[in-house]
Amino acid sequence: MPRRTMIEAIRDAMDVSMGRDDKVVVFGEDVGFFGGVFRCTQGLQSKYGKSRCFDAPINESGIVGSAIGMAAYGLKPCVEIQFADYMYPAYDQLTQEAARLRYRSNGDFTCPIVVRMPTGGGIFGGQTHSQSPEALFTHVSGLKTVVPSNPHDAKGLLIAAIEDPDPVIFLEPKRLYNGPFDGHHDRPVTPWSKHELGEVADGHYTVPLGKAAIRRAGSAITVLAYGTMVYVAQAAVEETGIDAEIIDLRTLLPLDLDTIVASVKKTGRCVIVHEATLTSGFGAELSALVQENCFYHLEAPVARVAGWDTPYPHAQEWDYFPGPARVGRALLETMGA
Amino acid sequence: MADAGMSRFHVPEPEVRPGGTPDFSNVTIPKAGSVPRPEIDVDPRDIRDLAFSIIRVLNRAGEAVGPWAGLLSDDELLEGLRHMMTLRTFDARMQMAQRQGKTSFYMQHLGEEAVSCAFRKALAPGDMNFPTYRQAGLLIADGYPMVTMMNQIYSNEADPLKGRQLPIMYSSKEHGFFSISGNLATQYIQAVGWAMASAISNDSKIAAAWIGDGSTAESDFHSALVFASTYKAPVVLNVVNNQWAISTFQGIARGGAGTFAARGLGFGIPSLRADGNDYLAVHAVAKWAAERARRNLGPTLVEYVTYRVGAHSSSDDPSAYRPKAESDAWPLGDPIVRLKNHLIRRGVWSDERHTQAEAEILETVIAAQREAERHGTLHAGGKPSARDMFEGVYAEMPPHLRRQRQQAGV
Repeated sequence: MPRRTMIEAIRDAMDVSMGRDDKVVVFGEDVGFFGGVFRCTQGLQSKYGKSRCFDAPINESGIVGSAIGMAAYGLKPCVEIQFADYMYPAYDQLTQEAARLRYRSNGDFTCPIVVRMPTGGGIFGGQTHSQSPEALFTHVSGLKTVVPSNPHDAKGLLIAAIEDPDPVIFLEPKRLYNGPFDGHHDRPVTPWSKHELGEVADGHYTVPLGKAAIRRAGSAITVLAYGTMVYVAQAAVEETGIDAEIIDLRTLLPLDLDTIVASVKKTGRCVIVHEATLTSGFGAELSALVQENCFYHLEAPVARVAGWDTPYPHAQEWDYFPGPARVGRALLETMGA
Repeated sequence: MADAGMSRFHVPEPEVRPGGTPDFSNVTIPKAGSVPRPEIDVDPRDIRDLAFSIIRVLNRAGEAVGPWAGLLSDDELLEGLRHMMTLRTFDARMQMAQRQGKTSFYMQHLGEEAVSCAFRKALAPGDMNFPTYRQAGLLIADGYPMVTMMNQIYSNEADPLKGRQLPIMYSSKEHGFFSISGNLATQYIQAVGWAMASAISNDSKIAAAWIGDGSTAESDFHSALVFASTYKAPVVLNVVNNQWAISTFQGIARGGAGTFAARGLGFGIPSLRADGNDYLAVHAVAKWAAERARRNLGPTLVEYVTYRVGAHSSSDDPSAYRPKAESDAWPLGDPIVRLKNHLIRRGVWSDERHTQAEAEILETVIAAQREAERHGTLHAGGKPSARDMFEGVYAEMPPHLRRQRQQAGV
């Protein structure tokens, strides 16, 4: 099976979708001729023409707002916000319009759009190239929020998102674009060609939205993670030697609660890991759900390891980023060691 | 030249406040028929002055004059008059229903009836409007059932939107009327996107975007103009300048100079101003702009100059911020009276027939109201089910909503 980077897998997902359905259009800043600042749309304009893949003015609200209008017409726009940090001007369109169009019109109009945004830190991106705003989307009824962690899932989830009848926020951890990253910034990064999840089948396949994946089966403790933190958790588990079960959530909303609850009921312990800031982050929702659904099975408080409640700094990158050492400490503490 | 020194902060104020004498002497009204009608493929640079004038057809004597006249037949004009009268009667009844507690909220169109009623007749089947909350004339003029509008206003068991939306936030794909949102200006860029989609699909349908004077200050107004200009989208960008944004006079959105139409010029978009109280002028300009869009000549911006005679909404009291008699002083008059006089002048209408038509229309609206009220009003009679509250958030109800619906016990 061919191996692809996450960038190639994402590009392939759009290529496959555009080839299958001429209602799929792709646009955003630098997305057309140039092929995107991260190369995710390279070649699509020359293959499908300027009316299917094109450059947009630097106006996030305009990109999302026009996509909503296109969806109301009957197209299936898959648009790009260059960095998740720059989605805020489009937040009104996403939360008040895209998310509610089906509900407020009782299905008279719908909004099958996908909004791709590179997300996350660990790249010396500073304050406005590192943010993880997923909680600002999971709080909004009517949106679906997806965060892939590997090329295989990225392609399957993106095709599923494009085919989904509802608006999907598709957050791509840019730290994972070229290879998995476990937080050990002092070690060389391995490329996706050396990783089994870099195997990406040709042609059409989907990974269903709303289904988590168990990355490591274990019995001692459950780790809930998504995006880059899946690899950080794996490193922490190896380094502490704890028999943890690592769940890659993949879709944050709708959430695969069944998989989470079954795991925590088995292990009796739970550590939640995300890059986003702690307070009111998605981890708070996860923690509450685990507490509500697994209270009598819990043998320790649910722990959260997250970004500090500060803007994402530049020079202090590795003091901020929740790396394997911090995750490892939380695992040991939760185990009572 | 003023001296250099400390800067002074400038906040525009309307000419007159409550207690003052209404004064529109600063509003320049060109004579009817005086503004030329360019070819639709005109170079936008050659008609820049149209963004600073006002296209008018009906003169003081009630005659249709000039190059923008002559598009509509007697029957079409009589139909237009009926639409405007119906909208005004509908408004009056629904405003009263709100006062009677049958609904929570209403917004009237008083004085602006010509804008949406005449515009609708310039569109073709399949075109899509992206209206604000003050264009119900688009529905009335397209034959959307008044009973259905009232069912929505009453949030009753027959409400097509299942009680989820605030009154008057209608939606009808079938009638080319995009779902209304409370968030101002958002639909302006969506209309451009819809038009882009039509072009991408090599379709012949066009979109019409709607915005008020106040909301042109929102950033989505700018987004829409950028996208419409960049992609030459087949869209008519309508600005309804009724002088007021709730209590805020249009100078706060516009500043002291220029016009709203002039905003389009910086984007290279042909921009015109029309007398919003002149049914014939609104229709003629709308037709011109729609034709441009349909012939692939790109977007047009049209500012309709009118006056918001009524309160902003059923929750507003304009006497707190503007003179009570200001609407009487408005130099462009009343759209219904002006079309009525024109039709009398044409010899196809009379005061008697007008009075009779008023009575007939009132009867029709009351009959519709009775029918709607049989399905319930906000606090009495049939209601949408509480189960409906959980439906339609997504195409398929996700597990967490199923759990919550169960918890709600519905």
